Amino acid sequence: MTDAGMLRFHVPEPEVRPGGTPDFSNVTIASAGSVPRPDIDVDPRSIRDMAFSIIRVLNRDGEAVGPWAGLLTDEELLEGLRHMMTLRTFDARMQMAQRQGKTSFYMQHLGEEAVSCAFRKALSPGDMNFPTYRQAGLLIADGYPMVTMMNQIYSNEADPLKGRQLPIMYSSKEHGFFSISGNLATQYIQAVGWAMASAISNDSKIAAAWIGDGSTAESDFHSALVFASTYKAPVVLNVVNNQWAISTFQGIARGGSGTFAARGLGFGIPSLRVDGNDYLAVHAVAKWAAERARGNLGPTLVEYVTYRAGAHSSSDDPSAYRPKTESDAWPLGDPIMRLKNHLIRLGVWSNERHAQAEAEILDTVIAAQKEAESHGTLHAGGKPSTRDMFEGLYAEMPPHLRRQRQQAGV
Amino acid sequence: MPRRTMIEAIRDAMDVSMGRDDKVVVFGEDVGFFGGVFRCTQGLQAKYGKSRCFDAPINESGIVGSAIGMAAYGLKPCVEIQFADYMYPAYDQLTQEAARLRYRSNGDFTCPIVVRMPTGGGIFGGQTHSQSPEALFTHVSGLKTVVPSNPHDAKGLLIAAIEDPDPVIFLEPKRLYNGPFDGHHDRPVTPWSKHELGEVADGHYTVPLGKAAIRRAGSAVTVLAYGTMVYVAQAAAEETGIDAEIIDLRTLLPLDLDTIVASVKKTGRCVIVHEATLTSGFGAELSALVQENCFYHLEAPVARVAGWDTPYPHAQEWDYFPGPARVGRALLETMGA
Repeated sequence: MTDAGMLRFHVPEPEVRPGGTPDFSNVTIASAGSVPRPDIDVDPRSIRDMAFSIIRVLNRDGEAVGPWAGLLTDEELLEGLRHMMTLRTFDARMQMAQRQGKTSFYMQHLGEEAVSCAFRKALSPGDMNFPTYRQAGLLIADGYPMVTMMNQIYSNEADPLKGRQLPIMYSSKEHGFFSISGNLATQYIQAVGWAMASAISNDSKIAAAWIGDGSTAESDFHSALVFASTYKAPVVLNVVNNQWAISTFQGIARGGSGTFAARGLGFGIPSLRVDGNDYLAVHAVAKWAAERARGNLGPTLVEYVTYRAGAHSSSDDPSAYRPKTESDAWPLGDPIMRLKNHLIRLGVWSNERHAQAEAEILDTVIAAQKEAESHGTLHAGGKPSTRDMFEGLYAEMPPHLRRQRQQAGV
Repeated sequence: MPRRTMIEAIRDAMDVSMGRDDKVVVFGEDVGFFGGVFRCTQGLQAKYGKSRCFDAPINESGIVGSAIGMAAYGLKPCVEIQFADYMYPAYDQLTQEAARLRYRSNGDFTCPIVVRMPTGGGIFGGQTHSQSPEALFTHVSGLKTVVPSNPHDAKGLLIAAIEDPDPVIFLEPKRLYNGPFDGHHDRPVTPWSKHELGEVADGHYTVPLGKAAIRRAGSAVTVLAYGTMVYVAQAAAEETGIDAEIIDLRTLLPLDLDTIVASVKKTGRCVIVHEATLTSGFGAELSALVQENCFYHLEAPVARVAGWDTPYPHAQEWDYFPGPARVGRALLETMGA
């Protein structure tokens, strides 16, 4: 018996919806240390399996194991933990500020702190990230002032972007952080162009492109992979697979491809998959890909497997489309807890020191927030001038804008 | 002074710019080894190497998107979209990214790119080799839009566009590539070698963006035109005997409003001509500006002659293209009003 003659339309569905019991039993997770570490000049065809596995360093007992371990000193790991804790605290305070009406909008990184914080430490000065709206850890880990980030979020008189941009759409050339755009995926091909320019200029700088699982469905994802493949551009093509694109589970964007990393294989791009909640693994893989790019060996695609533990944004309520406890069931755990446990196991950290660090970080973030709020919040205090609205569109203001500025009375 | 076709002038502009500034890179579909489907980049790869002039995958969003990234790095990309009709896949990158990069980053990043695209009809190009999408660019704050009408301007404007610190859409009327065209498709076309505007100086010079040129001084009516329509308007003026002042806008944004307003105040009448479809076309903006700035000097309604509000047809080419007869009728009606 066959259904021939009657087609049926297929729409993927997540395993569980609100009210159901979270179930990640279908997520196959390689054990820590089990995935080999190839040489950076490996033939992409010989490592196709890596696009379907998961590179992990930290095991269940908090030990760093396998060929991807051992790249970071205790001090560097402690610094990494502090960056992730800072980002989480920053997020919590800014989310609260949004609820208090001090700004219009915020997006958290909850559960994804390791990805951007660890990646940043694998880059060199002068390299350029083309981030999405969920990689503020790149700024935190590079020492970008939190007060300036908050000024941008508050659109106040000290906002470096003069109130023109939605909160969290930061920009800092100095810190290798390309101006964030609301348009998904556009930055992915721009990163490849930046990398091409570096190669054209015989420079030694590399670019890092960032995209989420959902946005890989955008045309510019394909454009970027074609151009990166054609010109062997010195770029690391990062895909942060946090399982969710607002309410849409990753299966809608991924379709039958198996993994997002597997998308790179058709372009002849070495493609790795990594535990995105494992600070050490993220850093090790990022470093491997960065060395490949810097060594003129071409692009690498890296899929970070993680989980968006928080709401998509301050305008979103995830309980409408996924179980409330789903993040607790996520098998790769919490990046901060995992690094914390590792450091305790190494004997360089303790629960007491962790609690103390949490308190210190909270004090620092609150102090930064006070300073930022002294420059104003969205609806109170200092704000950018109306004149700033007309400035800076072109290098030189054209006559029609000058007339409009005059009409606006500024 | 040597005479060049518009193709040669455009090629010369890129040659001069690449020679002066090694940050200038040229790429697009078929642009490298082959030298472009219209020969506009012929010889550039041989002269400057593959890292300065190269072929791109067939991906307009990729071409413009990668150019934006290059510009953010510090290069000055001058890229080609093979036909303006095929710019739509790049529209997101052009409007949301190139146009806004300086503004949204408060100057932290800038986008000094030029996007060249052959535009316009009159060549039996049908629906997707004839469009004039300029209004889709002039509506976008942050872009500059340029349409040359002759080899001398094409070179000077293109060099100015490449040197400009902001993104420039450079629309090349392909009907004018080899010679001026006044809409009389039944007559042989004269090559640029027989036209004084085919005189193109060697070496570096610029024609400033944002400045119109008066192609025919007159006192009866002002005609606002650009690209191929400049020659159509000239033919219409001669054939009707109306002493029209013909302004070649050259840059649509920023617009040379002063030249327009001074002319209309003098003539009291205005006819706007473009190939693009009428509704919400750039002519509507021009008409509104003339009305706002010259209301008390106007002696007749502002007239618009444009492509019909249909897709560009194939067999009906000359019923669609706003030729000298249609423009002439508008001139006569405006004078009679």
